[in-house]
Amino acid sequence: MSIDPATDASTDRITDRVTGRVTGTRLATHDLSLGYDDRTVVDHVTTRVPDGAVTVVVGANACGKSTLLRGLARLLRPGTGQVLLDGKSIHGIPTKEVARTLGLLPQNPVAPKGVTVVDLVGRGRAPHQGRFQRWGAADEAAVARALEVTGTLDLADRVVDELSGGQRQRVWIAMALAQETDLLLLDEPTTYLDVAHQVEVLDLLHDLNATRGTTVVMVLHELNLAARYADHLVAMADGRIVAEGPPREVITQERVSEVFGMQCLVVEDPVSGTPLVVPIGRHHSRRPTLVANGATA
Amino acid sequence: MSAATDSRVGTPGMPAGVDMVRAARSRVSRRHRLLVGALVVALLGVFLVRVLLGDFTVTIPDFVRILAGEQIPGATFVVMESKLPRAVLGVLVGAAFGLGGSVFQTTLRNALASPDIIGVGMGASAAAVFAIVVLGLQGVAVSGFAIAGAVAVAVLVRTLAGAAGGYRVVVVGVGASAFLVAVVQYLFTRASIYDAQAALVWLTGSLNSASWPAIARTAGCLLVLLPVVALLAGSLRLTELGDDTAAGLGSSPRRTDALLLVAVLLVSVGVAAAGPVAFAAFLAGPIARALNGGRTSLVASALVGSILVVGADHLGAYLVPDVNLPVGVVTGALGAPFLLWLVATGRTSRRSS
Amino acid sequence: MTLTNRTTRPALAVTIALAVLAAGVVASLHVGSRMLSPEVVWAALTDPRADDADHAVVTARVARTVLALLAGGALGLAGAAMQGLTRNPLGDPGILGINAGAALGMVTAVALLGVTSLPVQIWFALAGAAVAGVLVHAIAGLGRDGATPIKLAVAGAAATAGFTSWTSALLITDLQTLETFRFWQVGTVGGRGVEVVGPVLPFLLTGAVLALTGARLLDVLALGDDLARGLGRRAGLDRLVVGLSVILLAGAATALAGPIAFVGLVAPHAARILLGPSYFRILPMSVVIGAALVTWADVVGRVILPPTEVQVGIMTAVIGVPVFFALVRRGRMGSL
Repeated sequence: MSIDPATDASTDRITDRVTGRVTGTRLATHDLSLGYDDRTVVDHVTTRVPDGAVTVVVGANACGKSTLLRGLARLLRPGTGQVLLDGKSIHGIPTKEVARTLGLLPQNPVAPKGVTVVDLVGRGRAPHQGRFQRWGAADEAAVARALEVTGTLDLADRVVDELSGGQRQRVWIAMALAQETDLLLLDEPTTYLDVAHQVEVLDLLHDLNATRGTTVVMVLHELNLAARYADHLVAMADGRIVAEGPPREVITQERVSEVFGMQCLVVEDPVSGTPLVVPIGRHHSRRPTLVANGATA
Repeated sequence: MSAATDSRVGTPGMPAGVDMVRAARSRVSRRHRLLVGALVVALLGVFLVRVLLGDFTVTIPDFVRILAGEQIPGATFVVMESKLPRAVLGVLVGAAFGLGGSVFQTTLRNALASPDIIGVGMGASAAAVFAIVVLGLQGVAVSGFAIAGAVAVAVLVRTLAGAAGGYRVVVVGVGASAFLVAVVQYLFTRASIYDAQAALVWLTGSLNSASWPAIARTAGCLLVLLPVVALLAGSLRLTELGDDTAAGLGSSPRRTDALLLVAVLLVSVGVAAAGPVAFAAFLAGPIARALNGGRTSLVASALVGSILVVGADHLGAYLVPDVNLPVGVVTGALGAPFLLWLVATGRTSRRSS
Repeated sequence: MTLTNRTTRPALAVTIALAVLAAGVVASLHVGSRMLSPEVVWAALTDPRADDADHAVVTARVARTVLALLAGGALGLAGAAMQGLTRNPLGDPGILGINAGAALGMVTAVALLGVTSLPVQIWFALAGAAVAGVLVHAIAGLGRDGATPIKLAVAGAAATAGFTSWTSALLITDLQTLETFRFWQVGTVGGRGVEVVGPVLPFLLTGAVLALTGARLLDVLALGDDLARGLGRRAGLDRLVVGLSVILLAGAATALAGPIAFVGLVAPHAARILLGPSYFRILPMSVVIGAALVTWADVVGRVILPPTEVQVGIMTAVIGVPVFFALVRRGRMGSL
């Protein structure tokens, strides 16, 4: 099944605007609209996920970023357009086959009662197990690797319910890793974690991308962490993509105020050199003109 | 033996973690095997008590001789025509309820989403009461109506709930259940008092109609359904992770529906043979889970279901002198305090959500 | 969604609900095996000296209309409070074991104590409902975390099944009691007269006041126990108050009309779908919807299968279920 020329043209144009290092794309959307009942949440979005990069989707609450991610993971049927995986409509591919290519960690996953870490992570192997061919050495090795990478090997025996928030999140990521997919989608993997654990989880995902070349797509709330960890940043507002590209290009004062409706300063992150958004707010400013005029300096 | 020693020092060429993974997994499965073994022993015990004890005590040697075909005056008839069929049917029906209920609760991820509560049991009951009261049917015909009613209600509930699944299935099911209760009550007011009594006994659930043909029918249905459950059980491990995670792991919603349909069939086979035995489907899963360290186990659920039904039937027969209470009265009357005890000790409240 | 949309739709919904209720009351006075013209009804209502057949019919219809309104409103309110209390969409007085308790009380009175008069049976039913409600609450309240929604729901389901089993055990061995019980259990507002209202009214009013003043409390409880405590509520005490109101309301309704199962479940769901999640709106609206549902159910039940009447408990299900399914399919059934 091939893409019609119009699709190619439109996605190419977007790619050009993106980054130089994009070499190919296995996951893309074309004119994709998504919604619940009769409410449209994602509105005719065409985009490509660059292979081998960390893509982060940001935007204000209810801008459609989680919905877009769920759409990419074939959890929602498109109202218009389609999601393309390796050039084919994702809904035309058997779901188990998709699961061998594309892993998903939803927002706030709930572990069944009493399940141990090793059991939960082992369930990530489901797409690789045939109906009659059960648990094998390859599965064992994959689970062990996933536990090792996420630093949860020591917890293997523990019951997931009884872990701390940070540990639990690492276990869930381990489950997604055990799936051994080239693409990994994560919906706010850092929710409910303290700053240290947020950085820990994001570092882990970065390592994964660097060492295994896993394409990572995630939705993040924290703009500055997004700017630091993203190779490719996608900014959404009102169900549309407002801008995408390297964080340095996407994060500007004008755009932050457009996307988040917030006045801010954008400075250089002293640690990473990536853009750092400093909200202005109505108080606290050492330079009163900033508050009065907005960030025009 | 040597393999076990090997694993402790580490398998060459494998990451060190593999051994830990293997060890952790085997601890869980060992506990599960132990539990299943213990439950099999318990079931055997209850089964023998049901068959051998009571008003008419049969010794084990006599029992073996009876099974071998020897005619012992009195004993052969009682065992072969009453006690043994009741016990065997109880095992089958209990397993069907336990398995069906557990699949329901796990798939819909709600302890209250047992078939009794979401309309399947009432669908079977309403159809059966209709058959008894309006059509004047008995026996197999009533069973056929019950199965048809259960499946019809299940399909209707699933269709009306729409694609959203989970939560809506429960809400629509409760609505359907309430409606069917009204239908049953209406039929009660229109029936002759004797039909009403027959219908009430049926509604309570009893093994009174146990006979070898009934056992053959039930066993035949289970022989078809059990392999299907075994085949689908793998995806149950995914559906209990939640809709999104399950979908991400490649479990299609159609599999969930297939699981629910099989669960409906299991429960309706049980209902067809013995009526909707109160609590059997509702309790077996949670009890098995509590015994299994909180983890779902279908095999244990089926065994617990069988133990419950056979044990309750024995109590119903001999608890109150001269009164033969249907098994459903006992499971309800004894199951309820047990569930209340679970609640009071906080064993059901540890929700991981 | 625009702002006007948000404010006009609830107003419209309330207006329609009230209109349906009013139409139900009017229809209830006119419709039956004997159809009456508005003039006749008006004359019978306004002229106390009239003493003919029509007058008797109207008097009886006034009585059953009052019963339907009170029972329906009480059940709707009890159901809404129950759903808020247990934070469970399946919440319904039946779930607390109240209906099953009432049934066991009734059957005990008839089968074991030989009570034959309806008012005395009603008192036994009320007592059964109260025992069930208190028992379920007490057991769910044991343990460190107190009466959490899930514990209440499970304890209620357990109690229901237990009571039902005992009821069945009594009925199976006693044909005569079954004969009485099967007609009582469907729920009816016909042939009882307004006299039954008197003794029940204090319970009904107390329950209604407790439930309606509990709106703020339920809104806070809906946020979860921890948040409720953070907002200065004593979650345990709050639950007790609302639980008491549910027992009073459901018990009173059962005393008035027998166990009518469906109203407590449907009315709050309908109210929630029409007006959103605030209990300030859901509770009063559930009263209106519950009363309208029972009134119309009674009206339709009189004429649907002539020459007999179909009892109101059955008709509420027949009318309520399609409406309920339509609402479930249309509305966004957010969790509670």
